[in-house]
Amino acid sequence: MSFDKSWKEMEIGAVVKGGSGLLYKTGNWRSEKPVIDYAKCTNCLICWALCPDSAIVRKGNKVEVNYDYCKGCGICANECPVKAISMVKEEV
Amino acid sequence: MASVTTTKKFIEATGNLAVAYAVKQVNVDFISAYPITPQTIIVEALSQYVADGELKAKFVNVESEHSALSACIGAAIAGARVFTATSSQGLALMFEELPVASGLRLPIVMALSMRALSAPINIHNDHSDFMSVRDQGWIMLSAEDAQEIYDLTLMAFKIAEDENVLLPTIVAMDGFTISHTLQRVDVLEDEVVRKFVGERKIKYKLDVDDPLTFGPLALTDSYFEFKRQQHEAFKNSEKVIREVFREYGKISGRKYEPLKKFMMEDAEVAIVAMGSTVGIARIAAKKLREEGIKAGVVGFTLFRPTPRAEINEAFKDMKSVAVFERHLSLGAVAGPHYMDIISSLEKKDNVKIYDYVYGLGGRDITSKMIVDTVKRTVEKAERNEPMEVEFVGVRE
Amino acid sequence: MALEYKPITKLSDLPEENLFTSGHRLCAGCGPAIVARLTVLATQEKPIVVNATGCLEVGSTLYPYSSWKVPWVHVTFENAAAVASGIVEALDKLASEGKTKKAPVIAIGGDGGTFDIGIQALSGALERGHKFLYICYDNEAYQNTGIQRSGATPFGAATTTSPAGKVIPGKQERKKDLIGIVLGHHIPYAATATIAYYRDYINKVRKALSFNGPTFIHVLAPCTLGWRYDPSKTVEISRLAVETRFFPIYEVENGALKINFRVPKPKPVEEYLKMQGRFAHLFRPENSHLIKEIQKNVDENWARLERIEKAGQIF
Repeated sequence: MSFDKSWKEMEIGAVVKGGSGLLYKTGNWRSEKPVIDYAKCTNCLICWALCPDSAIVRKGNKVEVNYDYCKGCGICANECPVKAISMVKEEV
Repeated sequence: MASVTTTKKFIEATGNLAVAYAVKQVNVDFISAYPITPQTIIVEALSQYVADGELKAKFVNVESEHSALSACIGAAIAGARVFTATSSQGLALMFEELPVASGLRLPIVMALSMRALSAPINIHNDHSDFMSVRDQGWIMLSAEDAQEIYDLTLMAFKIAEDENVLLPTIVAMDGFTISHTLQRVDVLEDEVVRKFVGERKIKYKLDVDDPLTFGPLALTDSYFEFKRQQHEAFKNSEKVIREVFREYGKISGRKYEPLKKFMMEDAEVAIVAMGSTVGIARIAAKKLREEGIKAGVVGFTLFRPTPRAEINEAFKDMKSVAVFERHLSLGAVAGPHYMDIISSLEKKDNVKIYDYVYGLGGRDITSKMIVDTVKRTVEKAERNEPMEVEFVGVRE
Repeated sequence: MALEYKPITKLSDLPEENLFTSGHRLCAGCGPAIVARLTVLATQEKPIVVNATGCLEVGSTLYPYSSWKVPWVHVTFENAAAVASGIVEALDKLASEGKTKKAPVIAIGGDGGTFDIGIQALSGALERGHKFLYICYDNEAYQNTGIQRSGATPFGAATTTSPAGKVIPGKQERKKDLIGIVLGHHIPYAATATIAYYRDYINKVRKALSFNGPTFIHVLAPCTLGWRYDPSKTVEISRLAVETRFFPIYEVENGALKINFRVPKPKPVEEYLKMQGRFAHLFRPENSHLIKEIQKNVDENWARLERIEKAGQIF
């Protein structure tokens, strides 16, 4: 990660704007990705609650994987009570 | 200090009580401190003010000095005007948080009753605690007596909180010698102080509707720039400090300078000191003059940022300088005052500077000891002797 | 600020907004990341978070990025509780003068910054009675600096400073009873929790914040790298910790202890230990006595909690 701002342009005391973490996409960390089978999904929201990367997005009671950030840990697939999520190898 | 004063009010106070009184007048929001000799009276007096409702501040009795400064840092980030005080081992324990306070750019004011660092444990005055933190990013001011510590404490808040500065500030006095000695202290009216320090203007807030992150991890690609910012802040503080000195002079009649000069107009040998020793040095200078030696005294009020221009001006035409350090910079060729002087002088060749360590662990210094040392300095300068630190007052 | 405690019954009771955003650098499958996420999901009002140095802090706030959409403060490793004390009191004063808004303060520290180096600041803050919640996310070692043992590392676990060697088979000391230490300060609420029981954790955060004094939650947060298991198993392992009674889930409200998950048919500790590489050496035949000792410790600890629960008020 490289930088080109002068010290004059940087925040005094290194204060950072909250939520700027979203500017860094971690999706390229993974080697497997979760795929949700919506036929089986019961909208229990467990995968949404437990995703360490907040990479399962919730819209009302529907869930969707945000592949920009998903690191492929597989917790969602492991915890889904109806096994609606499978981990699929990423294409290289 | 200056004898002309425009105020009618005075109090009888030791250095510690004068600090507490000043902090009360400034009307800080938050105090967190841990007792240690010889600072204890400051925290006791402030506790009493708060308990009696005279000072509407939160007084948090923490369980160590490290937590004292930590709590102050938290409170300062939350927007409060904060104050703490310590000495010696307490400052040493706080050490981890000193550069943190500076790096986070928090205008915390700390009073230091200067005391020797262990080991062996010693509760009396020397400047080793003050000197041990000189690179940690705090503005450092030193008082000669209770009047000065009162005045400097008020000014410290205004200097620290300036938006071009935003640096924590230490105001120091000799432990016991000044912190515990009763003096008449001329004080300003409460409203005059309030108007002088004003309200703390906060740049960044803890606001749930505009969330900010304080204290991130800065790696090799950004850390350096934040340190550069602190350097700039110190540069800015040079102007701000002198402006605040000027403004304070107008409202109090007591005008401060980064260096105090006594009989320097035609001096040939300068005596350098900091703290209460400056007063003793003046007596020594008068005695030396009676013997035909043109001595003058330079006392440090502003220590950091180094008053470079004033140092150059004061010493450039001296034949010799006797620097008295109440701190032993172990392993170094010379002490901090000596180093500040030679790094500030534009031309060093004609000025013969000699370093002396005195008064460690509260060992007394007398005007006779200074007179004898200055005479030796003049002789050494005439013989062009190489500089080697000497000890004044130790049993060899 | 006495906020009325409203427990959730289902996950859809929670707001959708994400206050712990994606983009942080914590490992795939990180337990503490789940703790952070659940914590800010749980709060009924947006909190101010004070975070000690450690995995969570370093992984979520790398300049110029920050995953926290709440005001967040990091100072150093051992002083989260002291910094939080300063913030709580300063906000109280400034809010009473109309100069700032108040918000609940949550201090978050790892087991390193809480059990060990942070214990002094924690004790002082609890004794002074500031109104704040301290959450200790426990991944049972100084994970951020490379898996060194802490006072929270369980007996027998291999870490880099208590390795499973030829002569010494892992950590020889037992885990500190942090809730016991905290209860010595007679605070109104203290509880254990873990991420597998997320509704319990969320409700405990809500309940803790409703008290008018210092509260404490000790949450077990498995670490895929430090405990050596596949990242997808983080939640499963935390469930097994409860199902084997290795990590009992209980709360102490105003001095009365209540076990929240009774675990009527506990699984043997082997089921928990065998999933983690840090206990692999215990399965060598010469170390079987250690597994027996661990089982004995687990059983005795459970019996102790049942005794206390039955005896009534601790204080």
